Order: sequence, then C-alpha cells, then structure tokens
Amino acid sequence: MTAPVISAASAVLAHVPGLARHGSKPSRELARDPELESRFLGALRTFEQAVAYAPHQAFLGARHPRDLPERPWVAASPDGEGRFAGAGELMPEDEFLGLMAAVDEFDLVKLGGADADATAGKLARHPLADCIDLERVAAAGGDAEAVASEPGALPLHLGGDRLAAAIRRADEFDQALTATVLLENLATKASATLALLRLLADHGIEADSIDYVIGAGEEAIGDRYQRGGGNLAKAVAGAAGLGEASGMDVKNFCAAPVPALVVAGSLVASGVFRRVAVVAGGSLPKLGMKFQGHLKHDLPVLEDVLGGSALLIEADDGSSPRVRLDSVGRHPVSAGSSNPKVMEALAVAPLERLGMGMLDVDDYATELHNPEITEPQGSGNVPERNYKTIAALAVRRGDLAREDIGDFVEKRGMPGFAPTQGHIASALCYLPHAQARLTDGDATRVQLIAKGSLFLGRMSEQSDGMSVILERNDGEGG
Amino acid sequence: MFDGKQIIVLGERDGIAGPAIAACVKSAGGNVTFASTECFV
Repeated sequence: MTAPVISAASAVLAHVPGLARHGSKPSRELARDPELESRFLGALRTFEQAVAYAPHQAFLGARHPRDLPERPWVAASPDGEGRFAGAGELMPEDEFLGLMAAVDEFDLVKLGGADADATAGKLARHPLADCIDLERVAAAGGDAEAVASEPGALPLHLGGDRLAAAIRRADEFDQALTATVLLENLATKASATLALLRLLADHGIEADSIDYVIGAGEEAIGDRYQRGGGNLAKAVAGAAGLGEASGMDVKNFCAAPVPALVVAGSLVASGVFRRVAVVAGGSLPKLGMKFQGHLKHDLPVLEDVLGGSALLIEADDGSSPRVRLDSVGRHPVSAGSSNPKVMEALAVAPLERLGMGMLDVDDYATELHNPEITEPQGSGNVPERNYKTIAALAVRRGDLAREDIGDFVEKRGMPGFAPTQGHIASALCYLPHAQARLTDGDATRVQLIAKGSLFLGRMSEQSDGMSVILERNDGEGG
Repeated sequence: MFDGKQIIVLGERDGIAGPAIAACVKSAGGNVTFASTECFV
C-alpha cells in the first residue's frame, strides 16, 4: 500500500452581492419588507471592498490566519494583495455570471446582450480563458429582462439594482428543477469548476492525468424522482476538461470534505486510482444568512461570497504532505452529540491510537467560520469554542497545564477566516495553509476536523464528523 | 420547577442538543411541546 499525499490545493471566492438576495434567508425576509430590502441592497460591498477584506486574503492563502490584523477586519486597511493571490483568486460578479453561463449545458442562464459581450471579453483576458467556453458565454446573450419575466424565472442582478441576467426553471411542475434550485446548483458547479481549473493551471497538472473526482459540496442535484441524486463531481470534471475522469459525490453536510479526502486517499493507497481530485463549490442558500445581525450593527452584508476549493491526492512523491490514513477519527453513534464527546472521538482518540499526545499536532483545523460574520447575529465564535474544548481535553489528558490553555488556543488554533459556507469552512479551507506549513513552514502535523449537523434533515437526532492528520513528508517512502 | 409548564426547546449544534435539554425539562416536570436542534452558522 502506498502512502497518499496531497500534492496541490486551491481556494477561490466569487464575490456575488447581486446573488446574495437569493440566499435562503434574504429571499424569505426581503420579499415581505421593502424597507428592509432597501437597507439590504444599500449595505452590499463593492468588489474592491471584498478583495481588501483580510479574511478573504487568508481564505485564498495569501496570509496565514494567525497573521490577520486585530479586528474589526471590515475597517482594516488593505494589505496590497489583489484578486489573484495565494492559492487562487476572488472573481468579480460579472465574470462569475459569465462562468455560470459557460458551464450551463441546458441554456438555463440568459445574459443581457451587452453584458454577454462584455463578460465574454473580460473572461477572454482571464488567465484561465483557454479553459472557459467563451462561445457558450457569448451565445447566452439575449433579452434577460424578457426571460426574467417568464413564469418561474429569476432575475439576476449585478450589485444592488442592475438586472444583468436571468435563469429559467427547467420544468413547470418539478420542485427539484425550479430556477431557485438550479441557480444554487449552477453556482456550486461554477465555483467548483473555477477551483479545479486553478488547481490544474497553478500546479501544471495535466487534466487527463486525473482518474477520479470526488465532490464534497452540500447541494442537491437531481429531479423529483431523486432529489439529491448527485454526482456534481462528474459535471465539474467535464466542465474543467478532465476527459479521463469519472466521479461521485460524498454527502455528509458540512463534514463531507474530510470523508471525501479520506476516501480519495484510500482509493490512491489501494491502487484503485492514481490521481484523485476532491472538489467543493459554494453554497448559495447561505448567502446573507445572518444579514439581519450585520445590518443591526451597521456592518455591510458580509455573506456575499461563494467559496470553492480543490485538492489533488496521489501516491507519495517524497515531498508533499502525507495523508495519515491510520489517523482517521470517526464519530460513532455511541459517542452521542455533546460537543466534548464529539471532539474526544475526533481529536483525541486517533492520537491515542497512534501513541501520540495532543501537543504532537501543530495546527488544529476545525470549523473556521469567520467570527466577524457569526457574532453580530448571536452565533458566537465557532472556532474559538472548538479550540477551548480541544484544549480542555488536552488538560484532562495531562498533555497541557490549565494555565496554558490560552497559549494552546493561540498557537495551535487560529482565528476563523472562512466565509460561512458550511463545508467550505469545515477544515477544507485550511488546505492551502496546511500545504505551506507542512512543506516550507515549520509544522509537522495538521489535524483536520469536520463536523456535520445531520439532525437538520430530520432523519436522525445525531451529528457526525471525521478527522484526519496530515504529516510532513520525510522523503523516506510510506 | 417546570411543573405544568409548556416548554419549547431549541438546542444548539456546538452547545447542548435539543433532546438533552428536553430530557432535563421533562425530569423537572415540564411538558415539551417542541424540541429541535439547530445549526446557527
């Protein structure tokens, strides 16, 4: 059995303030309160503000989250990084609408005529232009206003008020193929495709060298007979030109990326596939989810970006961080759902099994939601809460003195920096940093910890999670 | 302490789950009319 390694990782954001009104919460609240809608639209960020927002630069991998300035980050001065930074890019909304049209194989998206030409022109100058179907973007041009007025269609805006496109429903009666559902799925497909294209381009990876793609997003792809049937992964593989790849999705709410990574590593370790990519696109329903808290505190609508991530797993190359498949932690049914029990199963049990202590892990990457987004709505500081629990478990094990909890949290934890995009924030967002820390940096081990809220689907009261350790490659084979 | 009270329980993912709170409420004499665990991020 060969040791699998993560040889490349990418991270992308799409700034989509115009789409934020289609997030689940805004779409319900704004429709019944014109005054609130006006305040919402007036609080959207510009592209420049989104690029300058320090947590976004941390998400792209341009700066480590522990190097973020003191909060508030909304008012912090830009650090000079641009839209292309770190392990990816932050794409503006007009280009993203064009990208959605480029990956739309069913003529669902109609761009305004002038917008289609302008967007195709901008995408033609994009570094990934050769990989984007510009002819399809241009062909999507037409009368967006007319399409937007069709029954069941949704208007798509740039920023606050300019109608620039529309999306049709695919069926008059099928609730799984409404314009709202298709917009969500197409946004996920486009952002995942962008992340995968960046992965290939930035690391010189041949598209046809990838055998398999695993999707780890939370969207539900299917029609009325199989809502959530899935395999967005293969759709993304096709859109990114991976002619030799097949794929599948791994579903586990926000936790999915870690199981997806473990499955990918297992496929490589067993020799079933040589190169496996894990991809995840953004979650449109979560846009603007906590906007009421932001408006209440005179903040802009901070949930205005879609995230996307991709990583490549292959056989040991002697230098890339190894995926320690013997370190996988799972959350068994018997563990129950209290947070300390969950963390014990995920963070502590795997280390005990390997004969390690909790100080043998340099970085704990858990749910890294940006607290500047969650606190104004009363959701607290999620990563800090998790790190305190992990530190308390280290004290109980005798690995740490009680008075050193603060130091543990500061040095082995980190501030949350990810947009509140569920699975994107759930450890996956740390991959570009883990790569850097385990190769050029001074870390030896990073533990990824993901949790998923199964109870939201009303099929179980349980939650779930999985963890895995990434380790510096000593170059001596698996 | 909850004798005769109708209680709505909202648990939180990272805190205490709805069923655990509901069990406490019932043991204190309350009648749980609705219990749920939610994710607020």
